[in-house]
Formats: sequence, C-alpha cells, structure tokens
Amino acid sequence: MKGFGNYSKEIMRHFTDPKFVGEIKNPDGVGEIGNMKCGDVLRISLKVKNDKISNIKFKTFGCVAAIASSDVLCELAKGKTIEEAKKISNAEIIKELKGMPSIKEHCSVLGAGALKKAIKNYEEKGNSNS
Amino acid sequence: MNPIYLDNAATTQVDEKVLKAMLPYFTEKYGNASSQHVMGQEAKRALEDSRSVIAKSIGAKREEIIFTAGGTEANNFCLKGCFFAEGNKGHIITTKIEHDCVLNSCKWLEKQGCEVTYLNVDEEGFVSVDELKGALRPETFLVSIIHGNNEIGTVQDLVKIGEVCKEKGIMFHTDACQSYTKVLINVDKMNLDFVTLNSHKIHGPKGVGALYIRKDSKITPLLHGGGHEFGLRSTTENISGVVGFAKAVQVAGNSDIRYMNKLRAKLIDGLLKIPNVTLNGSKGDERLCNNINVSFNDIEGEAIGGYLDAYGISSSTGSACSSNTLDVSHVLKAIGLSHEQINTSIRLSISKFNTKKEIDYVLEILPKIVEKLRKMTPIKL
Repeated sequence: MKGFGNYSKEIMRHFTDPKFVGEIKNPDGVGEIGNMKCGDVLRISLKVKNDKISNIKFKTFGCVAAIASSDVLCELAKGKTIEEAKKISNAEIIKELKGMPSIKEHCSVLGAGALKKAIKNYEEKGNSNS
Repeated sequence: MNPIYLDNAATTQVDEKVLKAMLPYFTEKYGNASSQHVMGQEAKRALEDSRSVIAKSIGAKREEIIFTAGGTEANNFCLKGCFFAEGNKGHIITTKIEHDCVLNSCKWLEKQGCEVTYLNVDEEGFVSVDELKGALRPETFLVSIIHGNNEIGTVQDLVKIGEVCKEKGIMFHTDACQSYTKVLINVDKMNLDFVTLNSHKIHGPKGVGALYIRKDSKITPLLHGGGHEFGLRSTTENISGVVGFAKAVQVAGNSDIRYMNKLRAKLIDGLLKIPNVTLNGSKGDERLCNNINVSFNDIEGEAIGGYLDAYGISSSTGSACSSNTLDVSHVLKAIGLSHEQINTSIRLSISKFNTKKEIDYVLEILPKIVEKLRKMTPIKL
C-alpha cells in the first residue's frame, strides 16, 4: 500500500526519520541548489578524508520527496570516493527510494546537483590550497 | 488515536442520519421518477420533497431548484448556459479567487468569444464593490462571485454585491458550495439569480448538487434528453442522492456553526502561539466557521502535511508541491502572498464531527513537527 501522496514506504521512512539532517562545521565542501520561488532548496555540506566522503549532511526546504531524496543522497555518498560520488545519478536516488510519483521526479534532480556542487567546491578549495 | 480528519473543505463524512434516509432508495424504493407506476410516483415524491427542502433553505421556490451531479456541474451549467442564452457573446465579471471549475469554465468561454474580467481581492480576500462597479460594461450579462472561499474561508458581502447587480439589471451568480448551511443565504435579500449548492461538503453524499435558477432567467440547458428537471437538465434523477442531500440540509443547525466557531478559535489561537506563523484570509468574523489557513515560515506545506498524515491528521496545502500542475495556489497569490509564503501554507478545515480532544492533540503534535522541519531547513526568512 502506498502512503501519503502516493509515496513509497521507502520515501516515507527517509522523510519521517532522516539520518543526515544538519550542517557540518568547517566543511571541506558545500553545495546549494534551488530557490524558494520554485519551492525547493537543498544545501549539502561534506567532509573528505583520504579522498573519501567521510561525513555528509543536508538541509532541505521542500516537500516529502525532496527531504527523502536528500537523505538517500547522503546515504549513497557517505564512504564513497570523490570519483565514485560524482557518478551518483538521480536515477540511482529514485531506484533507492523504490520509485517516485513522476510529477515529483524533479525533486531528486536537486540531490545529485547539490552533491556535484559540493564536490566542485571541495576540489576548488583543494586547488587553491596546493 | 483514531484518524483526525481536518480536510472537511475537501469533503465530509456522511452523517449517519443522511445515510439512513438514503438506504431505502437503493433496494426498496428504486423506481424511476418518470414512471407512472406506484414505485415511480414514490420516487417522484421523494425527489420533489427534497427539492422543497433545498428551496426553502435559501428562500427560493421549489421549481427554481435544478439538481445536478455536484458543484462543478452547477457552476459550468450557470456560466456556459447563460453565455449560450446570451447568443455566445457578452461579458462576465468574476474574481481571481474562484474555484477552478469557475475559472476554467471562464477560460474556456474566453476561447468561445466571451469577455471575462477577473476582479482583484484585498489582502484578506474581499472583493471591492467599487472595483466591481468600475468593471461593469453595457454588455456585461453575469456577475459570478464565490460566497465563502474554499481555501481561505473569506465570506463575501453578497447583499452589497447583489444591490449593484440589481441596480444595473445584471444577473448575479454565487458559488456557495463552501458556505451553504454555514452562512445564511437568501436569494431575495442577496438579489441572486443563480446559486451553486453542493451536498458532499455538508455531510451529504458525493455526486449531488443543485443550481438555483431564478424563475424566467435566460439559461440554455447543457444536457438534452427526456426533459427532466423542468427541461433544464435531462438524465434520470439520482433519487437516493437528492434524498441524502436534503437530509443533510435538514440536520445542519446553528448549533453546529457555534460549535465549529469555538473549535476554530481554539485551533487558530493555538497555532498562532507557534513562532512565525501567520493566519491567511479573513481576520474577522467574515470567515467560514470551519476554515483555518496558516503559513509556517521557512518550512514547506506538503512536508508539514506529510508529517501530520504520519500522525493520522489529514490536512491540505496551497504549496506548489502538492498540486497536480506544480502551481502555487491562485487564491493565496491573489491575496498578495509571495511564492515563499504560499509554499509554507496549510489548510485545516473542521466539521461538527471534530472534538476538542482532537484539536488538543493537533496542537500538541504540530509544534513538534514545525520544530523538526525548521531544524531541517536551510531557509531563514
């Protein structure tokens, strides 16, 4: 049985009990995407250790799907190398959430985009340090 | 805790008394009201008795009530039927805060050559009588203004608007789906020529509504067939439905309104104690007794609804995220709210079946939800 808004159980689980909410102090990379006007804003902050994402957190203004997909994105990214994390796609996020109402798919687009921005931010910082 | 239903502006629970009144018309008294035999005449009597109940409730005559399949049909019938009777020309005045079935009928009529003016409303959702007067043209044949708004609960002053229409000899229609049995409607005092009524918002069954049509009004039927409903709407009558509709009107009382007013005040007071919450719509008494609409800064309406649902509480939102088209509420836009404020809105609509205990529970849960979501948000307005 589908729950609120025809969302899958996986979406509702990540939405009601997200594990990665927050903001990392002194992050190695930050990425923000979206705007209040279109309805969703997602900010990702991450820490990198030995080329791997050692910690990642999100803050999201958005609907059920936006919050759930932010949480799944963090779950997918944690522990991955930077190169692996770059490959995380929206399709992967949706698959992990056991599908999403098609009208809501735009929400998960934010997830992959914000992560890419955070990684870019990390790499730029790295370059400026070296 | 049982589910707490706070979406009564969407639809309501059928009253047990209504259901009981309807049941015989499915399996015992199932005749066709057009038949001459005993069972047909029995159905005919039930139909006409129901029509009398609806007519009396708004100060109309029995033969001025045409049953429809709901509010959407009644609004479509009025707008399109009047345009066709006018000879497919002319000008309609309506507002920016109508239900979609009025707005989309008007948009369709514009494609057929009708001219339409959509009146603005103020920040509480009220139409300006001066703006209405300024919009009138020689070719204006109909003014259609919603009585009680479905999203923000604002109740328009139909007496004043009706005076303007009468003075100019222009037909006046109101969509009273939300206000019916909650605010007094009198077709003569309000100079109304057409009124849209609906059953499932007042603890009656779905699939039944009515259009009040003042005697001798110019309107073209949309459904042609066996000449039912005084030749204005052909199709075999939904007897069980109209019986239920009439019963719902009969069981609705002023004590229900007083009770809902108290519950609503309690809920609004409690919600406004949460930091950074604003009430949308009418701030005074001219508000439907069952409507609450609030914006919670920095958190999204559908997400609030999702959490409430997880606690068994049904609500609704004007946020873009929850609509089929991903558009924000046109009503909240019309009262001047920004996209940011609209996306943080929720509507709670109560009924006589809600209890104080339920409201207490909502007021216990909602602040926790708001706190949790505000911890998640990157926004600070």
